[in-house]
Amino acid sequence: MRILVVEDDPVLSDGLKVGLGLYGATLDIVSSCADGSAALAADDFDALVLDLMLPDGSGLDLLAALRSRGDRTPVLLLTALDEVADRIRGLDAGADDYLGKPFDLEELAARVRAISRRQEGRASPQASYNGVTLHPARLTVTVNGTDISLSRREFAVLAALMNRPGTVLSKGDLEAKLYGWQEEVESNTVEVHVHKLRIKIGRTKIETLRGIGYRMRPVAP
Amino acid sequence: MNSLKGRLFLILVTATGLIWLTATCWIYVGTTREVESVLDARLQEAARMVLSLASANGVGTIAKDGDAGQAPEMLNYERQLSCQIWSLDGRLVARSSGAPNERFSDNSAGFSDRRINGETWRVFTTEDAGKGVRVLVGDRVGLRDHFVAEIMKGVLAPLALTVPLLGFLIWASLNRGLRPLRGLADELSRRNADDMSPVETGTMPDEIRPVIGSLNALFTRVEDALRHERAITAFAAHELRTPLAGLRTQAQVAIAARDEATRSTALRQILVGVDRTTRLVRQLLAIAKLDSAPETMPANQVSIGGVIQEVIDALPSPDRAVSVTVDSALTNTMVTANREFLLLAVRNLHENAARHMPQPGAIRWSMAKESDSLAVYVDDEGPGIPEDEIPLVTKRFYRGRNKSPLGSGLGLSIADLALRASGARLVLRNRSDTTGLRAQIVWKTA
Repeated sequence: MRILVVEDDPVLSDGLKVGLGLYGATLDIVSSCADGSAALAADDFDALVLDLMLPDGSGLDLLAALRSRGDRTPVLLLTALDEVADRIRGLDAGADDYLGKPFDLEELAARVRAISRRQEGRASPQASYNGVTLHPARLTVTVNGTDISLSRREFAVLAALMNRPGTVLSKGDLEAKLYGWQEEVESNTVEVHVHKLRIKIGRTKIETLRGIGYRMRPVAP
Repeated sequence: MNSLKGRLFLILVTATGLIWLTATCWIYVGTTREVESVLDARLQEAARMVLSLASANGVGTIAKDGDAGQAPEMLNYERQLSCQIWSLDGRLVARSSGAPNERFSDNSAGFSDRRINGETWRVFTTEDAGKGVRVLVGDRVGLRDHFVAEIMKGVLAPLALTVPLLGFLIWASLNRGLRPLRGLADELSRRNADDMSPVETGTMPDEIRPVIGSLNALFTRVEDALRHERAITAFAAHELRTPLAGLRTQAQVAIAARDEATRSTALRQILVGVDRTTRLVRQLLAIAKLDSAPETMPANQVSIGGVIQEVIDALPSPDRAVSVTVDSALTNTMVTANREFLLLAVRNLHENAARHMPQPGAIRWSMAKESDSLAVYVDDEGPGIPEDEIPLVTKRFYRGRNKSPLGSGLGLSIADLALRASGARLVLRNRSDTTGLRAQIVWKTA
């Protein structure tokens, strides 16, 4: 899961980057509205965590601009302004959820998972396809009733493929889900992760379309 | 008397009373004079008439009434005049009924006053030497006074009757006239403590409008102060909650971290966060102290160099190679200021300079003396402040584009406030010789 955080406090944004990383997310951090707009224009994110009081303006303006150009990225407002009126204003401006500072890291992770699975059109906390069931909260996968543990990156690749089964994701699409901007992308990592996944969940679950990308293999007829 | 209504009532009633009293005196004097002149003329005419009659009939006799010397009929206007005719040789020839036997007057001619039997008479004497008679016609003065008194009574009686009516009218008019004031008082007393909406001036009389104007201006000022305070509280809450959220998150990361490196990084971040929060709390306390300080603080002669040195000595030695030079001229320069506030300002300016130098650099304290001012400069080699942000950086919690990661957005506000309270001014300029900021503390000496 790729998340953009717009937050100007360095200690907090570092904590979010590492902390949400522990829950399987890949984070990009920016500290101003302007950088936030630029990041949203350049990349697709599964969720946006947005502070309201930013050095160059209000996060609400960024949110309004985002929604007015039809961007459906789930947005969680993370702010010290958590009076009822502030929350109402935030939600009515197009936010999907609201969390006041200080907050619990696990709760934030759970809320981000909740808003992003809604965005994927899913109400169930698990994603299932062709015998593979993904548990985002536990970072585990169940294949035909057997629990299998995955590394963070393996889980991210599988989650991206399971998100819209049947859709083909290129190597670049998958790399974008795995690495933030500041992270060095190692060559062949996607291939390595897919290879390891096939060993863990079964050779036939992921299909390679040579020169195009990967997808979950449709249910055998 | 403290009631406006009572005071006005007293003034109006006293003034009306005085006017009436003056008018009454005037009427009294005028009437007395008029009555006197009219009655004197009548007296004169009557005397001449009697003399002419006496002349026509020779020295006749006028019947002497038996009731001569009877008690004076004070209240009867029917017999006002009394007449005596004396021969020139001193015999009473005749007298009218009601006239005393005693001679009215010793004058040979003209007007005179005479007291006879306890009664004062006004007498006119005329004589005819040819006929050998002298005619004296007298008028009781008491009767005249009574006449005037009757007139005055006629004037005063209606006045006396209208006094209560007038008092009531004045009272009622005052009540009506002062109604807007009472309305204003009622409106103000019904208000909630936090209701700062302006009082409606539409129907108020012109005299009260300035009062309401001032009151509304006061409301506006109080409301501004309140709003300002609330904004500060909200900002402070935000500024404190964010580092607290950072601390909590890093603590959770440290707990959940599976590898040693992540955990120690998180713990180091917690230390950074605690330091920042501590500094923020210190800054907030400084702001609160400056806000509650009186407009002018007690000032004395302070060595500016000594203050700068004290600030530099108290700061933890920076881990980066930042060199600090203090112009020796500063050491011997005394300024009139509050030492505590000057210390606060210098510390914040110095910290601001040190904090904005990402690479090794130099901070330099220097000064310039003009004919009418004294300026102390602190120059840094940081990125400076974008020109459009210079007026904004002294606002509380304002953190510009070139903010330092540890800044609270309060340092320059504190310096600005503290210098103002010390009778100085903070001027911020970007350096022209190199990148960096020159903060100036300026005292007017003229």
